[in-house]
Amino acid sequence: MASVTIDSVKKRFGRNEVLHCIDLAIEDSEFVVLVGPSGCGKSTLLRMIAGLEEVTEGQIKINDQVVNNIPPKKRDIAMVFQNYALYPHMKVFDNMAFSLKLQKMSARKIREQVEKSAEILGLTDYLDRYPRQLSGGQRQRVAMGRAIVRSPKVFLFDEPLSNLDAKLRVQMRTEIKTLHFQLSTTSIYVTHDQIEAMTMADRIVVMHDGWIEQVGTPLELYDFPANRFVAGFIGSPAMNFLEGTIVGDSGACAVELADSTRLPLPDSWTVEHGRRVVYGIRPEHLSLAQENGGIGAKVVVVEPTGSETLIISEIAGMKLHAVFRERHSFRQKDTIFLQPTPSKTHLFDAQTGNVIEGNSI
Amino acid sequence: MAQQTQSAVVPPKITFWERFENNRNLLGLFLMLPTAALLVTFLAYPLGLGVWLGLTDTTIGREGVFIGLENYKWLFADSVFWLSVFNTFLYTTVASTIKFGLGLWLALILNQHIPFKSLIRAIILLPWIVPTVLSAVAFWWIYDSQFSIISWSLMKLGFIDQYINFLGEKNNARAAVIIANIWRGVPFVAISLLAGLQTISPILYEAATLDGANKWQQFRHVTLPMLTPIISVVMTFSVLFTFTDFQLIYVLTRGGPINATHLMATLSFQRAIPGGHLGEGAAIAVAMIPFLLAAILFSYFGLQRRAWQQGGGH
Ligand SMILES: Nc1ncnc2c1ncn2[C@@H]1O[C@H](COP(=O)(O)OP(=O)(O)OP(=O)(O)O)[C@@H](O)[C@H]1O
Ligand SMILES: [Mg+2]
Repeated sequence: MASVTIDSVKKRFGRNEVLHCIDLAIEDSEFVVLVGPSGCGKSTLLRMIAGLEEVTEGQIKINDQVVNNIPPKKRDIAMVFQNYALYPHMKVFDNMAFSLKLQKMSARKIREQVEKSAEILGLTDYLDRYPRQLSGGQRQRVAMGRAIVRSPKVFLFDEPLSNLDAKLRVQMRTEIKTLHFQLSTTSIYVTHDQIEAMTMADRIVVMHDGWIEQVGTPLELYDFPANRFVAGFIGSPAMNFLEGTIVGDSGACAVELADSTRLPLPDSWTVEHGRRVVYGIRPEHLSLAQENGGIGAKVVVVEPTGSETLIISEIAGMKLHAVFRERHSFRQKDTIFLQPTPSKTHLFDAQTGNVIEGNSI
Repeated sequence: MAQQTQSAVVPPKITFWERFENNRNLLGLFLMLPTAALLVTFLAYPLGLGVWLGLTDTTIGREGVFIGLENYKWLFADSVFWLSVFNTFLYTTVASTIKFGLGLWLALILNQHIPFKSLIRAIILLPWIVPTVLSAVAFWWIYDSQFSIISWSLMKLGFIDQYINFLGEKNNARAAVIIANIWRGVPFVAISLLAGLQTISPILYEAATLDGANKWQQFRHVTLPMLTPIISVVMTFSVLFTFTDFQLIYVLTRGGPINATHLMATLSFQRAIPGGHLGEGAAIAVAMIPFLLAAILFSYFGLQRRAWQQGGGH
C-alpha cells in the first residue's frame, strides 16, 4: 500500500522537453488513469515512476520517500506492459515465479503464492504452458499475474489492453477493476482510450503535449471540463464546438455564429459583449424542437446504431453531432431544429481554449 | 442431364501427360533431378571417391588396388597420425572455447549503446574479410624468429632479452597457430551472436529489471536461454571450420616443428600430395568424418526447436 507523489517533475530527452512540470498526488489504493493522445508523455511519466527512465527535474515520492535515485528493483513496483513482455522461454508458472525466485523465497512458498495468484486470474490450468501457447487474453492475464504475485506497493499499467479485440477489452476492463477491488493496490493506468479511462478510473489525469490539462473524477471531467481540449477528449461522441461571438449584455446573452444564428446561454450568465468564444454542447444534450423552435441545421448523415441514432448536421459551415434515444429517419439536406439544453452548455475562450465561467465578465 | 449421366459412366480419358502434370510425386521427382545431379556430381562423387581411395593403395601416377582396411590398420599404428588427432582436438577445443568466450563478450559490448558503434562493428569484421592466406602471411611475419614485432617490442620494453622462437618450439607453435585461428574466427562468432542479441526485445530486460534481476541475473535468465539456439548454430559452424582448418597451419608451420602442429587436414594433404600416397591421405581425411558427424549430430539436437519457440512442437 502506498501513495505516489509527483512533484514538479520535468523530463527532457536531450534538448527536447517532453514533460513540463508535472504535479500529481496519488493516494493510497487509488486507481488513477493517465489519458491523452499519442505522444503526450504518458508512458514516459509511468516509466519514470517505475525507475526505467531518469527524472530530469523534480521529485517522485513513494510513501513520502524520494525515489529519484532508487533503482527499480528497490521501489517495489510491478508493471504490465502493452505487449505483455512475458519471458518466452519460461512456462507460465516460471514467468510468475521469476521475481519470487530472485527474492530467494522458498520453493514451497513460491508455489503457494503463484497458485494463489493463478487462482485469482483463472490461470490454474495454464501454469504448464509456454506464452506462445496462450491466447492474447490469457497472455495479458499472465502479465497481470506476474505483477500481483509479489504484492507490490504500486501497479503500473501501460496500455495493457490495446492489443486485444474490442470484446475482450471490455471483459478485461471489468476484470482489472474487480482485481483492484480485491487487492486495493495503488494503480496507475495509462491509456489513450477515454472510455477505458471513464469506466475504470477513480480519478482521471488528462495529459496533452507534456502538460496535465485536468485532474478529476470521470464525471467531474465530463460535467466540468476545464478547457476545450478536455471537453473534446472526454465523452463519446465528442462534444460539438461552434465558434462565434457574444452578443447582448447582462441577462440575455447569446452566441452568434457566422450565419447570425443565435445560440442561447443560461439566463444567469453574463459574458462581455463582442468576445470571441467557442460554444460547446455534447451531442446528447441536443433535443429536437418544433419548427423554428431551435437552431436550424442541414442533415448530412444519419447513423442508426440500434439503441441510438446519431445525426450529423451542418450549421454555419460547422458540423454538429446529435444523439437521440429515439429512431429518426431524416434524409440528407432535410432541415432539422435542434434545441440545446441551456444548463449543459460550455463556453470556452476562442484564443486560450480555457473555460469561461458563466458569471465572469 | 443426359450429359451428366454419360460422363459418370464413361470415365474421361486421361493422357499420360495430364497424369504426369497432376501427380505431385512424379512431377516433384522430375523437378528435383537437376539439383540431384548437381549434388551427386559435386558432393557425393568426391566423397565416394575419397572413401574409395582410402581403401586402395593408390599413389600419384599409379592406379591402386583395393586393399581393404590396410591403410587404417597402418594409421592405427602410426604415432604421427595419433599426434595429429591430438593436435586437432587441442586446436579445436581451445580455439573454439576462446572464440566463443571472446565472441560473446564482444557481442554483448557491441549490443550496448556505445559511440561509433557501426564503425567498430566494421572493424571487428575485418579479420574475417581478409583472405586466410593473407592473414596467415601477416602472422608469419609477426611470429618470425628474427623480425617479429612482438619480440622486438618486448625486447625494447625490457621484458625479454632474447627473441622468442614462436614457430620453432613445440608449445609456442601450438599457441601461435591457435591465436591466429582465434583472431580470424572471433568476428564470425561475435557478429552472429550480436545478430542473435538484437532479436531479444529490450522490454524483456525492463520487465526483468522490475522483477528485481541485476545485470548478471538478466544475462543468466533472459539473454543466455534466448540465445542458445543461435549459440548452437554458430558454435557448430565454428567447430567445423576449426576442425577442418588447413590454410593457416599450412602457411604458418606446415605442421612443424616435428609435427607438433600437424592437424588431420594438413597431415592428410601432406601424405597425399607432396608424399604421393593418395590412398593413405584419403584414409586420414575419411577418419575425420566420424568426428564431424558427431559435431553435426550435436548441433542437430542443439538446433531442434525448443518447446518455447514459435512453431515448434509441443
Ligand atoms: N527514448 C526517447 N528518446 C527521445 N524521445 C523520446 C524517447 N521516449 C519518448 N520520447 C518522446 O517523448 C514523447 C512522449 O512519449 P511517450 O512514449 O511518453 O508518449 P505516450 O503518451 O506514451 O504515447 P503513446 O500513446 O503513443 O504510447 C514523444 O514525443 C516521444 O517522441
Ligand atoms: Mg505509450
